[in-house]
Amino acid sequence: MIDVMCSLENKIAIVTGSSRGIGKAIAECFLKSGAGIVLNGKTKENLEIAEKELIDAGFSERMISIQADVSKPEEAKKLFDAAVDRFGRVDILVNNAGVFKNSLLARMDESEWDWVIENNLKSAYHCTKLAAKIMMKQRAGRIINMSSVVALGGNPFQANYVASKSGMDGLMMATAKELAPFGITVNSIAPGYIKTDMTKDFTEQMVADILKFIPLNRAGTAVEVAYAVKFLASDESSYITGQVIQVDGGRVIR
Amino acid sequence: MTKEEITKKVTEIIVKKLGVTEGEVTPAASYVEDLGADSLDQVELVMEFEDSFSLGEKIPEEEAAKLTTVGSTIEYLVSKLGK
Repeated sequence: MIDVMCSLENKIAIVTGSSRGIGKAIAECFLKSGAGIVLNGKTKENLEIAEKELIDAGFSERMISIQADVSKPEEAKKLFDAAVDRFGRVDILVNNAGVFKNSLLARMDESEWDWVIENNLKSAYHCTKLAAKIMMKQRAGRIINMSSVVALGGNPFQANYVASKSGMDGLMMATAKELAPFGITVNSIAPGYIKTDMTKDFTEQMVADILKFIPLNRAGTAVEVAYAVKFLASDESSYITGQVIQVDGGRVIR
Repeated sequence: MTKEEITKKVTEIIVKKLGVTEGEVTPAASYVEDLGADSLDQVELVMEFEDSFSLGEKIPEEEAAKLTTVGSTIEYLVSKLGK
């Protein structure tokens, strides 16, 4: 039977860094598709704003909100404990939490390197490991890493960010092979230029320069990224694992 | 822990994980050949042993590969925790 709905009914998802931007769009898209959600943010204020918005939209029954810095293992564990306590399982993990701190490599402090690697890559390691332990027992699961198109071709001023995102792709590929026997798929989504808080300070000139390389000639939206994540999280993506799916308006065509 | 305590706990874990009876969990029993485990179950069992016993470190991969029977598992744990 063909089911083209990509429903997430009765699925339980953890979306790290889901108080803002793409992560928030993913959480909202998942909730509207029927999933139960663990909302997460590092900053209390942002998390409360997102939580209130989603509660007002009528999703309080299927949502819990956990303030935690997932680059720290004991804090990452809070998300999984809460999901299991409340919902009894974890079907989907989206490693979305991420930061950037741009600088020429020659001027990049070690602390700037470490901060980006820890928040982007190490958090994905902690959460993937915790998810694997639960999903291996279930013999089913979906893990999706939020990568970036810059991981595919590099980007100046972002050596730390590019390394972290390429690292997340590597983690994704290795775990896709490790976890396949357990019925778990692992993939990456690589967004291009997306309108979010992360890109809101780009100057007109920067935007013009970026658009030159985007065949669709516009920025993407967080919702357009969320739809692709939703597909990978759904049962319909069952034969896709170990892949980087670009959502970039054609910026990188290979 | 005493060998008896370790044996009791190991047996409980195997019974729960593989759905076998306590009587089937003898020292000579092989996980795959006698207790119906597949390779995925074996990986999970090793993780369960690590979680359930305070080993202070994970079971190294090369040691884990040798834990193919109930007896070999008990002997390994006794060597780490026994008194």
